[in-house]
Formats: sequence, C-alpha cells, structure tokens
Amino acid sequence: MSKKMHIQINVNGKDQEFLAEPRELLIYTLRERLNITGPHIGCETSHCGACTVTIDGKSVKACTMFVAQASGKSITTIEGLGDPDNLHPLQSAFKEHHGLQCGYCTPGMITRASKLLEENPNPTEEEIRFGMAGNICRCTGYQNIVKSIQAAAAEMNAAQEAAE
Amino acid sequence: MKDELDNREERVANLKGMGCSRKRVEDARFTQGKGNYVDDIKLDGMLFGDFVRSPYAHARIKSINTEAALQVPGVLAVLTAADLAPLGLHWMPTLAGDKQMVLADGKVLFQGQEVAFVVAEDRYAAADGIEAVEVEYEELPVIVNPFESLKSDVVLREDLDPKAPGAHGPRKHHNHIFTWEAGDKETTQEVISNAEVVAEESMYYHRTHPCPLETCGCVASMDKVNGKLTLWGTFQAPHAIRTVVSLISGIEEHNIRVISPDIGGGFGNKVGAYPGYVCSVVASIVTGKPVKWIEDRMDNLMTTAFARDYHMTGKISATKEGKITGLHCQVVADHGGFDACADPTKFPAGFMNICTGSYDIPTAYLEVDGVYTNKAPGGVSYRCSFRVTEAVYFIERMIEVLAIKLNMDAAELRRINFIKKEQFPYKAALGWEYDSGDYHTAWDKALKTVDYEGLRKEQAERVEAFKRGETRKIMGIGLSFFTEIVGAGPVKNCDILGLGMFDSCEIRIHPTGSAIARLGTISQGQGHATTFAQILASEIGLPADSITIEEGDTDTAPYGLGTYGSRSTPVAGAATAMAGRKIRAKAQMIAAYLLEVHDNDVEFDVDRFVVKGAPERFKTMKEIAFAAYNQAIPGLEPGLEAVSYYDPPNMTYPFGAYVCVMDIDVDTGVPEIRRFYALDDCGTRINPMIIEGQVHGGLTEALAVALGQEIAYDDMGNVKTGTLMDFFLPTAWEVPNYETDFTVTPSPHHPIGAKGVGESPHVGGVPCFSNAVQDAFRPFGNTHTNMPHDHWRIWRTANELGLHS
Ligand code: FES
Ligand code: FES
Repeated sequence: MSKKMHIQINVNGKDQEFLAEPRELLIYTLRERLNITGPHIGCETSHCGACTVTIDGKSVKACTMFVAQASGKSITTIEGLGDPDNLHPLQSAFKEHHGLQCGYCTPGMITRASKLLEENPNPTEEEIRFGMAGNICRCTGYQNIVKSIQAAAAEMNAAQEAAE
Repeated sequence: MKDELDNREERVANLKGMGCSRKRVEDARFTQGKGNYVDDIKLDGMLFGDFVRSPYAHARIKSINTEAALQVPGVLAVLTAADLAPLGLHWMPTLAGDKQMVLADGKVLFQGQEVAFVVAEDRYAAADGIEAVEVEYEELPVIVNPFESLKSDVVLREDLDPKAPGAHGPRKHHNHIFTWEAGDKETTQEVISNAEVVAEESMYYHRTHPCPLETCGCVASMDKVNGKLTLWGTFQAPHAIRTVVSLISGIEEHNIRVISPDIGGGFGNKVGAYPGYVCSVVASIVTGKPVKWIEDRMDNLMTTAFARDYHMTGKISATKEGKITGLHCQVVADHGGFDACADPTKFPAGFMNICTGSYDIPTAYLEVDGVYTNKAPGGVSYRCSFRVTEAVYFIERMIEVLAIKLNMDAAELRRINFIKKEQFPYKAALGWEYDSGDYHTAWDKALKTVDYEGLRKEQAERVEAFKRGETRKIMGIGLSFFTEIVGAGPVKNCDILGLGMFDSCEIRIHPTGSAIARLGTISQGQGHATTFAQILASEIGLPADSITIEEGDTDTAPYGLGTYGSRSTPVAGAATAMAGRKIRAKAQMIAAYLLEVHDNDVEFDVDRFVVKGAPERFKTMKEIAFAAYNQAIPGLEPGLEAVSYYDPPNMTYPFGAYVCVMDIDVDTGVPEIRRFYALDDCGTRINPMIIEGQVHGGLTEALAVALGQEIAYDDMGNVKTGTLMDFFLPTAWEVPNYETDFTVTPSPHHPIGAKGVGESPHVGGVPCFSNAVQDAFRPFGNTHTNMPHDHWRIWRTANELGLHS
C-alpha cells in the first residue's frame, strides 16, 4: 500500500476532502466512499459508459480515472442532475418514451446525454447515435433512447425560446 | 363514496388496465440514480470476496499456498477446497443433474475456474490478496473441440465413473454426458432416403454469452444470533436459490431469506447457482460478517453462463413441389467442464425438439449428444426459452438451404409448409402441442408491408449491376418465421431440481381500495411492476396506479420458479389473473349482500358490480373493499385476499414474421441494415409500449449474436474474448431503427390469452440477420456460412466466392 494522497473534489455541489491511495479509482470513491451509487460499473475498462459522470464540463468514464486525477475538480453525477420535484427534462423524457428497461445503463446514459445536448442542443438522429456510442445498453436496442433524447432536446429548446 | 366516473370509457381508461401503454412505475427511481442493485448494498462491517482463478484450461493443482496472502493487510481469510470439504461444500449440484466444483478440487477444467476465495476488507485488499496466493499447476492436455473430446483418451472428469450412467442415461465415452432423442428415427431415415429431394447442411451455432450490463453478484449475511441467513443477489429465481442453498448448506429453509433487489438485466445469465454464492455464504458463516461478491466483466464472460455452442447437422426432405416430408437433426453439444445447463430436468437439450418450427412436417427425428470439454460450464438460455434459439436457427437455415436445392423462393417454400390455422391445436412430430397460430396471415402481412416482390426485383437488378462493375455493394433479404415455445411449464413435464415449474401470485386488497400483489417471479427490466398491475386492474377493477407489485423477497413473496424462458407472463401472469378472479368472486358476494340481491343477480362491469338489468344500482370495487373490512357479512370471512398457484396446462407458442434488408460492402465486409420489419404475435397484448421495447431489445441482442458476438477459445483453452474490447456489444451507432407490427392470436388455454414476448425477437431475429447475410451471397453460389458474420468473416465469404477478383 502506498502513501495516501490528499484529495479535494466537489461532487454535485458538495465539497469532499479525504485521504486516498493513489490507485483508488474515481468510481470507487463515488460508490464506496461517498455512497453515490447512481453511476454503475459495467466493465471497468472504459467500454460500457455505465459509470459516466461529468467532470468540469466533460463526459468522463469514472472507472478509468484515478480519484487523484480528479482532485480539485467538480463532478456531476445523475444525482446532481435533478431532484424528484425538479427533474431534468431527460429524466422525464426517458420515462415518457420508454428509454430504459433494467435501468442499469440509465444514469450513465442520461448523464452523457445531458452533456451531448449542452454541446449540441439540436442534434440529428445520427449525431445522437454517434454521440451516445460510448454508452452501451443491453436492453432497449437504443431506438427509444434516441427518441427520449430527441424529445428532451425539443422540450429544452422550447423552454429556452419561451424564456427569451 | 363519490368517485364514480360517469362514462364507461372513462372508467376503463382510469384503470390503466390491459392493452394500454401505461408508463412504467419503475422508471422514477432508475432515472434518478436511485435503483437498488446488489452492488449498491452496503452493510455494517461488510467484507469483500473475490476469486483466485485458474490461468489454465486443464491442469492438476499440486499445491495452494495461502500464507503470504493472509499476511496482506486487510485480508481476513482465504478459502480453498480443503476448507470447504469438511462441510461438503467443495462441490455443488448443478441444475442439469451433474455436479460442479465450487473451488478447484485437485484439478481445474477451464480457464478462469475458481481456485480460492479471498475475503478482505475491501476490493483493493482482496485484489492484493489474490496476487499473493501461490498456486502450483501441472498442465494437462487441453480439449476444446467436442468431436475430439469424444475420441480422446484424456479423461476430463476423473470424479465420474466412466461406466456409470449420467443423470440422463447411459454415457458412450468418458467425456460424454448424455444422448437425448425425440421423434421416430427409423421412419425419418426411411422417408429421407426415399425422398424426391433432400437438402443437407452442417452448421455451428457458436458459443456466446448473455452479458447483461450488470454482472452477477451477491451479499451473504449470516446473523449468528438469530440463526438467519440473508442472501441478496442477482437471482432470476430467488425461491429456487433459497431451496438450493438450504439443500446444500443444511440451513433450514425458513432460516434463509433470499432477496433479489433491482437486477441490471439477466437474459439467462442469472438463472444458475455459481461458486461465488456458495463461497460468500461460507465466508459469512466463517467470519461472522456480511460478505459481498461481485464479478468483474472478465469473470462474467469467462465463467458464468455461456450460451449455445451447438454443432448441428440436418437433413430435410421434400417433394419436388416443395412439400416437406421429413427432418433429421443431429447435435453435438459442447457443455464445457461441468454440465450446468439451466434446463428443466427432463430436457437436457432444452426444447430443441421444437426444431420442426412453424411447419407441418410429418416425420422428424432429433438426437443430441452432450459432451465435456475444457471450456466454461453454462449452457443457459440467452434471451430464449431453453435452446429454442438453436432450434429456430436450425430450421430457418434448413428451409433456406432446401429452397436453394429446390430452386424455389424461400418465402413461398415457407408458405406452402406452414401449419394451417385450422390445424391448431397442432401436434408436432417431435412431441409438442402448439396451442394456437395463424401463420399465413402474419406472413402475408409481413411480405406485403415490405413489398417483398419489389425487394426481390431490386436484388436481381443489384446482382446485375454488381456483375457489370457498377457497384461493390450486394443486397440480402433475410427472412425468418419462428414459433417460440415458452411459459415452462406444466408441472407434469417441467421441473427444476424436482421443483415443479408453476408460479404464483398473492393479492391483498387494502380497506381504502388499493392493493399489493406479490409474485414468485422477478423483473430484470421487463417492467413487471407496471404490467402485472395492469392485468390486475382489468381483473379486479381497481386502478393500476393503486396496485403495488412486489417481487423477489422470499420471506414475503409466494413460492415461484422465477423469471426466464419468457415464463413470467404465461405463468405468473396467469396466476395473477386467477388470484384476481378469486378476489372478484368474493367481491361479488359482498356486492350482492350490500345491494340486497342474490349473488347471481349482480355482474362485474369494469370497476364495479351492477345489479343485472338495473345498472344504476351498483357498488364500486372501492366500496366493496371497504365493506370487506367494515361489515359483518353472514357466511363470509372479513378481509379481501387471495393466492393462486398456477400450473399451466400447456406451454404457449408465440410466433412472428421478420424481414431484414441488408446491403453488404464486399470489400470491407461491413453489413448495413437498411430495413428491419418485425411482426410479433404474442397473443393478448398487455402493454404495447413495453412489448415494443422488448422487441427492440431482443432484436439488438439478435443482431449482436448474428453479426459478431462470440466467446472464442484458442487451442490452449484461452478465452480470446474476455473483455468488451473483443466481445461485441452493439452501440447506438451500429443498431438500426426497427419497424414493429403485430397480429393477435390469443392462447386458448391462458386465462387472459397472453403468450409472452421478451424472447421472441431474439429467437426470430438471429436467423433473420443471418439469412440476410447468406441471402446476399446466394446469387454468387453461397449455400451456408457459419455465424457470427463479423466483417472479417463476411469479407472472407466474398473472397472465397471470388467477388474480389
Ligand atoms: S464501467 Fe466504466 S465504462 Fe464500463
Ligand atoms: S436499460 Fe438495461 S442496460 Fe440499458
């Protein structure tokens, strides 16, 4: 066991400070240390996207980053996207359009999709399929995930227009 | 009480019963990251267990030294077979009547086999402990081919008496497991040898894996004070797991509570019992602390529950006009090191004898030989009912091969051989009695929708254009018509470990007119909490939104055999309807009492009982529920509850017609799916939205299997596809949009006529994708190539057919 490192991160708006071994993976920190169990583990090799979180404005697979690399950064997980009284449009759209079945990929999917829509508020179907290709779903066949993301985009754009 | 809606239509809509696309009640927690999967469980003082696994596929274990591992900080214990042997737990029974090592007992039989179990304070310490365990192996000759295995002098299973019969009868060789036959051998051979036309083909249905996004795992917690064991896990059959744990551990069943929390997909992977479960239980007993075991993806792909691996040889005979007269099917089944197939006891090759498919084939014979090799055990039904995927692939390929031989259109060949509507219930040559079907209608609808003739014309033009050098893309039209057999099943012929395959539902109506129902099944994404409430809403007239569905806790749910083989709707769904009808029967008596008429003078209407001929006189189910708890009704017990254990009289036989249109670039080997049309007939439709979702998902898993997904081994028994880098899981980028369609042919023996749908698209999809690839090459002389049709294999086919010169 090597010397512990001093880590400071902000997760979903809350500062966290602790000592961790250099080898501690971010997904482990979130799930085991901080009890943030929305991000899941499907592979631990960067392939499935179940662990996707947002770090300083970028989608990141939390299974392949050491927490030490995230020190000083702000992390958003599915838990930080919305709350029961104030759901993110993607959260409602996934339910409305049956964009999930077992739900295991869903937190990573929605977290990734939220980033995608920030980068590209009006994606084509092709852009959605390409932009979501880092997230695997074994249940839905993606068709309804694409539909959910399109619906959320439409809703967010309408809300944006109404606000302007 | 004043909650009556005036209009009948409104009252029906208010129930959100059968037939409506009710939104899923599960989704709120999943979309907010509040699911409760087994790896989310955290208990005080919980430890983490993980395996030392064999790097060799076949080796003798000369020694295991755990001393250094026990010195690793955080490591509390290391279990080996020697520790489990005094408890008799170093081996465990498999679902197929064989036994399997929990921890390597003297030798290992496949790469990744469990050798020792390290128990530590956390995952990192467990990993350090695994590194420090020293195992000395002596390599033995490796056999990865079942045909070689049957000829080899090498004895894989030294624990078995080579002369003694196995669980399914006599064994022909020390590496042979069973021979299973169905149908009439002599007559079939005679019919085939005297036939006008015979087509023959050998095909290998490769080994693959269900690979749900969540791997298998459990948390075992032995409470020594109260003598109770609680076991949370990714179990598709929690009650069966409880019984198995009791039988092998000696802990009385009432002292074991098995809980399946949210499950991140199953697809057959989570039916079996795995060494990790046993080791976690033992470790919890030894340490007195809860112990968690979670597979990583590599463990999952390498060790728990492969699927398929069937070498199938077929002969199909017909008249010159194309009327099929006989079918002969011979299978060599690679079961790996232990026979751990998850099939009903009397069916060691599952329902492979559905391989006559949707066709009226008068004579047939099937023979399956199970064989041991140095590969992982398993043989589960990956999104299908017990080897039905293999059976449907076999017949749908044989039809295509016969069409080539007859020089006939494959769609027409199917049409003239379909079992006719009026032949149902239809007794098939290999024993099953199909409940209902209308194949011609479904087929005609499918072909018409896709403009089949137009497609064939386009394909012919494309072939010409290709030959003229105007394009490098060829076009394939994949057809498949499948009949599934699901809903195991009648207790008289289906059991697992002696447990009849019935299922159950228990309902309690609360005084204010809401309810809870508990079932013996467990959802892994199918949305049971949504759909079973819909069945009940229609049966008992209370809104689905007022009905909680609970599954997966053996302390509260009635006994059931779990969810796999598309059995939840056919069996537990039937139990739900039957329990609902018991509720309704009592409600009728209560209503009659309240309305002061005779029982027979009231009738059920949507959400109430009305006096016959006087619809203005009624009692709503809500009022009746309250009365059940507040009135002393002569001759009736208070309360409103019911239980039903349903033993289905027969299986159900969903069917469907699929068409895939594909373009293939012969230079890159990349297939492009231009169109996929799927017509499913699953009988009565409970929730169209969920059905459609199941179809999308099943088709995508079919695409994966047909176009690239495999568990491959090298000659040394090394798994070549142990990570998601090599094991193909399609992403949104590779998957097309599907067109879904349906016909409705209710099951005549099911209380609500439903047949089950979750697996149909996989069963029917695999041959459809495969046929599309093969059809593209048919004009260039292709008869059959084996799956998976990955880019390289497609390119190779093109190359072998001379399309690159
Ligand atoms: S768990 Fe991180 S990508 Fe799969
Ligand atoms: S919903 Fe199950 S993996 Fe996506």
